[in-house]
Amino acid sequence: MTSTRATAEEATQPPALTIDALGKKCPIPIIMLAEQINRVPRNAIISVLADDPAAFTDIPAWCRLKSHHHVASHELPQGGWAIHVRRNY
Amino acid sequence: MTYFDAASTEPLHPQAREALIAALDVGWADPARLYGPARRARMLLEQARTEVAEVLGARPDEVAFTASGTQAVHLGVLGTLHGRRRAGRRLVTSAVEHSSVLHAAGIHERDGGSVETVGVGRTGAVDPAAFREAVLAGGTALACLQSANHEVGTLQPVAEAAAACAEAGVPLLVDAAQTAGRTPLPKGWSVLTASAHKWGGPAGVGVLVIRKGTRWRSPLPEDERERRRVPGFENVPAIVASAAALRALAAESARESARLSALVDRIRAEVPRLVPDVEVIGDPVARAPHIVTFSCLYVEGDVLLTELDKAGVAVSSGSSCTASTLRPSHVLEAMGVLTHGNVRVSLPQGTSAGDVDHLLTVLPDIVRRIREDAGIRS
Repeated sequence: MTSTRATAEEATQPPALTIDALGKKCPIPIIMLAEQINRVPRNAIISVLADDPAAFTDIPAWCRLKSHHHVASHELPQGGWAIHVRRNY
Repeated sequence: MTYFDAASTEPLHPQAREALIAALDVGWADPARLYGPARRARMLLEQARTEVAEVLGARPDEVAFTASGTQAVHLGVLGTLHGRRRAGRRLVTSAVEHSSVLHAAGIHERDGGSVETVGVGRTGAVDPAAFREAVLAGGTALACLQSANHEVGTLQPVAEAAAACAEAGVPLLVDAAQTAGRTPLPKGWSVLTASAHKWGGPAGVGVLVIRKGTRWRSPLPEDERERRRVPGFENVPAIVASAAALRALAAESARESARLSALVDRIRAEVPRLVPDVEVIGDPVARAPHIVTFSCLYVEGDVLLTELDKAGVAVSSGSSCTASTLRPSHVLEAMGVLTHGNVRVSLPQGTSAGDVDHLLTVLPDIVRRIREDAGIRS
């Protein structure tokens, strides 16, 4: 379940902030993301680590609703994903 | 209590209650026997079959009564695959079918068959071109498509799917559980399934319709009942009541469906106006008349349901963050929409504007309180 929508530039851009939401059930990972997205500069990337399967669908859906950009979701070796989001505004 | 969970079960129709009580007295005997009370039970059963067939646009001898809508789907899917074993072992379904279809598909896969799942767009409808392509692939034994989605109400392109199936010579099973009796059924199906308690009949009655000429073989041990299609003694009183409910619902549906649909339009328009950060999902126009679903950001579905229940509103949710499955709804996931904070509102017959006002009055404050408790500023 790795999405490959990232452009080459986005894929190499390191996250400015990583949110560890492993073990947290939805909607907590999204609440954490919404709280912390303004801590990074515009166009920076936040990586949300989450293993609740709902987060895999809900973080991209949140990006769509909030006009931020879902860059890609990378599977983690221990299970779950690193879900990369770019702050758009 | 404002009951908004008709998509789970429609309250018993008054005419069904009346018919049930009468039939308990006169329809209790074994319809397979030859003496007077048995003949009377058989007559009631066949009369009910004729009435159900008429509403569903079928011939009476194509209609079999099952113990539930789920059993109708299981028998419809597995029996058609069994009957068409020589044609192939490929089953095509949409990604958002009811779990009864997906679980039957799982059995088929474990039995060595293959399953092709056609994805859906943001509104929950399958792409007719993708469905056609899947059906036209060689070795397809059966295609399944619901008339309307049970979680979000979106209508599926059944007419286009039926045309593709006709082109490919593949039977189409339509799960009409959410629309039977409410909206006219699309044509072109080979197998149709429905559930009586969703149209105001009692629980314990499903309908399996198999068109003449469709190959079907029971996947279960042999039994003589229902033209060898469904095992076990028919529940004649419940079947009689189900037929009465279906006739009543179908007779009222032209007027009542339009009225409920206008109430749904009102909910679709008002909820995003009254509650911030809400996504109303499903197709706004091509939808079942009585179902609307929305998701509230940052809110746990089960908490929202519990609070609405305390405020006297009964609704359902596709969110299952705290449910035993620990999986989000496969429907919401396939649509790519929020899977948390989800509320399905499905209006039973006779819902008043005042009932909808009640929901719209209590909802904004409940969502605001839950978000505050979670530390969200909106």
